[in-house]
Amino acid sequence: MSIEISRVTTAPAPRGSFLRANPSVLWFMGLLGLFTLGVTILSEGFGIGAISTNLVKILGMTLCLCLIAIAMDVVWGYCGILSLGHFAFFGLGGYAIGMWLMYARTEIVIRDSLGRGTIPPTELEVAEGVAAQIFGVVGSSELPLIWSFAGSLPFQLAMVVLVPGLLALVFGWLAFRSRVTGVYLSILTQAMTLALALYLFQNDTGLRGNNGLSGLQNIPGYQHVPQSVISMWFFWASAVALGAGYLLFAWVVSGKFGSVIRAIRDNEARVRFLGYNVEGYKLFVFTITAVISGIAGALYYPQAGIINPAEIAPIASIYLAVWVAIGGRGRLYGAVIGAASVSLLSSWLTGGGAPNIDLGLFRIVWTDWWLVFLGLGFVAVTLFFPKGMGGLFDYLVRKKP
Amino acid sequence: MSTLLEVSGVSVTFDGFRAINNLSIAIGEPELRAVIGPNGAGKTTFMDIVTGKTRPDTGKVLWGERSIDLLKLSESQIAKAGVGRKFQKPTVFEDQSVHDNLAMALKNKRGPFSVLIWKAAESDRARIVELAEEIGLSDRLAHRAGDLSHGQKQWLEIGMLLAQDPRLLLVDEPAAGMTPAEREHTTDLLKRAAKTRAVVVIEHDMEFIRRLECRVTVLHEGAVLAEGSLDHVTKNQQVIDVYLGR
Ligand SMILES: Nc1ncnc2c1ncn2[C@@H]1O[C@H](COP(=O)(O)OP(=O)(O)O)[C@@H](O)[C@H]1O
Ligand SMILES: [Mg+2]
Repeated sequence: MSIEISRVTTAPAPRGSFLRANPSVLWFMGLLGLFTLGVTILSEGFGIGAISTNLVKILGMTLCLCLIAIAMDVVWGYCGILSLGHFAFFGLGGYAIGMWLMYARTEIVIRDSLGRGTIPPTELEVAEGVAAQIFGVVGSSELPLIWSFAGSLPFQLAMVVLVPGLLALVFGWLAFRSRVTGVYLSILTQAMTLALALYLFQNDTGLRGNNGLSGLQNIPGYQHVPQSVISMWFFWASAVALGAGYLLFAWVVSGKFGSVIRAIRDNEARVRFLGYNVEGYKLFVFTITAVISGIAGALYYPQAGIINPAEIAPIASIYLAVWVAIGGRGRLYGAVIGAASVSLLSSWLTGGGAPNIDLGLFRIVWTDWWLVFLGLGFVAVTLFFPKGMGGLFDYLVRKKP
Repeated sequence: MSTLLEVSGVSVTFDGFRAINNLSIAIGEPELRAVIGPNGAGKTTFMDIVTGKTRPDTGKVLWGERSIDLLKLSESQIAKAGVGRKFQKPTVFEDQSVHDNLAMALKNKRGPFSVLIWKAAESDRARIVELAEEIGLSDRLAHRAGDLSHGQKQWLEIGMLLAQDPRLLLVDEPAAGMTPAEREHTTDLLKRAAKTRAVVVIEHDMEFIRRLECRVTVLHEGAVLAEGSLDHVTKNQQVIDVYLGR
């Protein structure tokens, strides 16, 4: 006879014990704070200059990728919706803020050059100048309708949230209402990203086709601030956003709501018979994670400096799922570990940072081989470590029954 | 006793096979009703229809004082209207604790926003403790539901059903995998529940049915073959031929 040892899960929690019930949140916040402090001390802008501004940007961008990864973990790892389209929301957030960055900066440049004449330029002249400057590259000099309020930062910030949110709401409503699930839903989300990318690739869409938006690292009104300082501003903003997003999602998944969405993941039909509107929950989770993805994108692209439709390509969203799978689904820090390690490793290997390995007959050129190793790693994790890298923590904090 | 559920003239066909054939059943409130019949008689399918899992080809399913048409409602709306169900194969959320399983079933608001800000009130806590007591899982509240024995999972699902506080309980083969003592406890519990609400129990075990001391409906090939007291239906020649005689 075998002795069955039951694993203790959440005990009935006393009131107001969110942090006590989720010690990993405190650990995460502490480590994120230390990391931010460390980078600040080592930075060129505010510290001893031991790490380059370029590296600060890469680290800041990595924090944004961690943010979208925890959103992905909530929608997939907790709620069971394998969305292969969340990078579309990320890109839309980037485009929304990119429009303001590009418009406002161009406007300053145009005013400068027109202002040298004796007669001050009219608003119409300025607007025409800006349009010609931005859209000359796609052979147009008219400002598309969607740029009508591009000069307004509050408006474009609202778009960062509203465009991904509304797209997710409409798409999710249509898909969940028809009870599309599993692999069919994944394919549908891929179709959505593909359609969006193809649409943006066209010149007459009004977002400069395959040129995308560029010069996003220059912040209008702060032209005289060096990039070493601006990069730190964005790094801090990304760290704050990741911390806030982590808190938000940890709170969302910790209570009864988390219980319901995990139940939906495991057996959605059964949840319906308990009286829960499963479609409503999926729509809620899909939309809120899309909004957070949009915010992550809005912080990412000013650090990247450029956004173009290739960023929204379906493959990007697949990578996102791979990061979360490797890091460990169903635990937020797992998603962070997966996104940070895989994306940093990827930029190191493909950026020429790693020395190629000469095997005599054969040379391992990382830029070519990286994807093969990533694929193998993904298969290995899925087969042998279904809990991912985050699962290693279970061995550290194994509770004795 | 007024009629709570009225199923009339319902038929269902699966790929040309008529699983439910012009079925009519009325359940009162309060009432305890046993449904028996050979395997494949359509007992589970009957529950699928009432709970919205299967849509019938023809017929009506009316509910409550205002004769609401259940066929127009989704599964979750039917559950919210007051129909609770225990499945033939115990289905609890194995990855979650017994406590969380019960908390999910508690009769609270079901919308995403209400659930997001939900905090267990004193009454909710007390109710969970009380339910755990009733289903004999008091010392298991913090354990994973997946680690429970088959019988305990049955109990947990019954507890979830009671937590929902439904007006109609549909209970599909509750005694499977239970010891004789547990069966006795189950009949007591169902009889007690049926004092204030409608309870429909599907069961094979005749001893179990006898202890329920209630009206019995015999299903055969998707239709009612006989209805009445257990003694009455067991004397019915047709029932003996298709079911008891085998
Ligand atoms: N979803 C389904 N698709 C096809 N056939 C089904 C389905 N559900 C039930 N059936 C068939 O309908 C008949 C009645 O099944 P069921 O209601 O489960 O019987 P019982 O619970 O009385 O044993 C069986 O012959 C079964 O095979
Ligand atoms: Mg059955």
